[in-house]
Amino acid sequence: MIGFLIRRILQALLVTFFVTVFTLSLVHLFPGGPVRAMLGPRATPAAVAYFNKQYGFNAPFYVQYAKWIWQLLHGNLGYSIKLNQTVASELSTHLPNTLVLVTLGTIVSLLFGIPLGVYQAVRRYTAGDYVLTGISFLGYATPTFFFALLLIDWFCVDVHFFPVEPSGNTFGALLSEPRALVLPVIAYAFLLYALWSRYMRSSVMDNLVQDYVRTARAKGASERRVLWVHIFRNSLISIVTLLGLELPLLVAGAIFIEVVFNWPGMGYAFYQAAENVDYATLLGFTLVATVATILGNLLADVGYAVLDPRVRYS
Amino acid sequence: MAMITPPPEGPPAGVAQADADGAGVLTASEATKLGLAPAQKPRGLLARGWDVFAENKLALVSLGVVIFIVLFCFVGPLIYHTNQINTNLSDYLCTPSASHLLGCDELGYDELGRLMVGGQVSLEVGLAAALVSVFVGTLYGAISGFIGGTVDAFLMRIVDAGLSIPYIMVIIILSVVFHPNVFVMIFVIASFYWLGVARLVRGETLTLRTREYVQAVKVIGGKRIRAVVRHVVPNAIGTIIVQATFAVADSILTLAGLGFLALGVQPPSTDWGSMLSGGLTFLQGGNYWWLIYPPGIAIIVTCIAFNFIGDALRDAFETRLQRR
Repeated sequence: MIGFLIRRILQALLVTFFVTVFTLSLVHLFPGGPVRAMLGPRATPAAVAYFNKQYGFNAPFYVQYAKWIWQLLHGNLGYSIKLNQTVASELSTHLPNTLVLVTLGTIVSLLFGIPLGVYQAVRRYTAGDYVLTGISFLGYATPTFFFALLLIDWFCVDVHFFPVEPSGNTFGALLSEPRALVLPVIAYAFLLYALWSRYMRSSVMDNLVQDYVRTARAKGASERRVLWVHIFRNSLISIVTLLGLELPLLVAGAIFIEVVFNWPGMGYAFYQAAENVDYATLLGFTLVATVATILGNLLADVGYAVLDPRVRYS
Repeated sequence: MAMITPPPEGPPAGVAQADADGAGVLTASEATKLGLAPAQKPRGLLARGWDVFAENKLALVSLGVVIFIVLFCFVGPLIYHTNQINTNLSDYLCTPSASHLLGCDELGYDELGRLMVGGQVSLEVGLAAALVSVFVGTLYGAISGFIGGTVDAFLMRIVDAGLSIPYIMVIIILSVVFHPNVFVMIFVIASFYWLGVARLVRGETLTLRTREYVQAVKVIGGKRIRAVVRHVVPNAIGTIIVQATFAVADSILTLAGLGFLALGVQPPSTDWGSMLSGGLTFLQGGNYWWLIYPPGIAIIVTCIAFNFIGDALRDAFETRLQRR
């Protein structure tokens, strides 16, 4: 187990190395380089050269990389010249807001997706299963922004039931206005619901034909006990893993939902940074989301190994 | 559906007639009719897959839908002529009528014609991104899995790295960096989608490379690349095709999302996503349904159709493993 952990952590570190190299090289993709992107097309060559020197962009890539990593290790995510503040302070205002949306949305989607997925597996190929399958496929195929905007049209314009966007932009203001949370959370949950329910359905169906289920039945366990104690617990393990692996999807969903609802989170800030070509923010946010994903994958793998004794550590 | 039709109960009429003709010896076609000879030469993986696929009515309907949409987008403009290059402000938001069957948008473009032109872009990007990513991912995954060892570990960490970066963030950055057109969009979307394919094909390769027929290539002195291209990849084709189908739907959706963020293809070119997000700005301004629901439904129907096809294909290739 210890060997598995060490090897898995070393792998994660190697992945982090690749990711940081890739992310830093993205900056150099900007037409004319990062400084040109910052100063605009009418900056004089002298000004560009001066800024290049000041920010160290004229140094070789590996020097820039080493400096950047050194700064990152000291907690310095960069400085956004467009916003005149550090990326870290931007992050500290936006991250909690995104976490509210992502956490609530994920919980709601799991609360619907897991039981309905189990229901579909048990009552497979019935009318109820087909209807729910249809809903899941609709969830897969509907562009997030389309569904979110339709929700706004139905519940904010036609019926003045929910506010279109949160009125405050701080963490406290968001939590004190629960009505503004409802639509973003529903839109976000619908996006994820399809994933969990489809996965749970096939996972339970796979488990239903396993030997241990037959053994449990042979021992006289009631159908209810077989389903909820034996099968459900085993299927839940794979959902835990999926949760760790699907973090990039959670981030992607958050960006669209936040843009539609003017939600003051990381996704909205990231989109604005893209429009302003604010490379420091783009870089910092991408890095934070990526490292979170790597950690999520690591936790999912380790969690899976702990929860499922069949997984070998060799 | 059975592969070989069961022999009929009694001798069919044709045989009696053949005997009456005094031939006495069965010809090959008559033997086939009787079920004495194999109906045809042993059937390949794809043919057997198709049999299972064809049993799935939903998948057949979906295939029909996809064919209809492709014809609508690519053949439609030859029948329904519209001007999709010059704006015409006298037709600003005109309602559906005999001259404009689905009305016009805010620049006076005929909406039905625009749906065809935009659909071309959406389908082209979806199909091309799927093809590119499946091609690259298959080769990468098959080679990585076949070589194995340290090289495999190294190559797979690169894939892990790519998969841990939230793809939408990099896609947004890339579409800011490059002036977005159809080719850039294909490149941008494919540059992320191949990762998942590579990982799946690599897993498949790991099980395939220990099989006897792949080992045999080595024994008779075949090159390793031959073993990969001629033996490993064809046997992983089920996984690959299923992935390609889902990739089309995902790419169309990603392109639509970029269109909403105004990072998709630029005017006068358009795609369903850009049309939809343009139409959605009129959501509250009045009843401009023809700007919203046609592109929205086009996206949803196309993606659902591809997802159904992918699901059926997965069944087709998995049933092969279980029953045939």
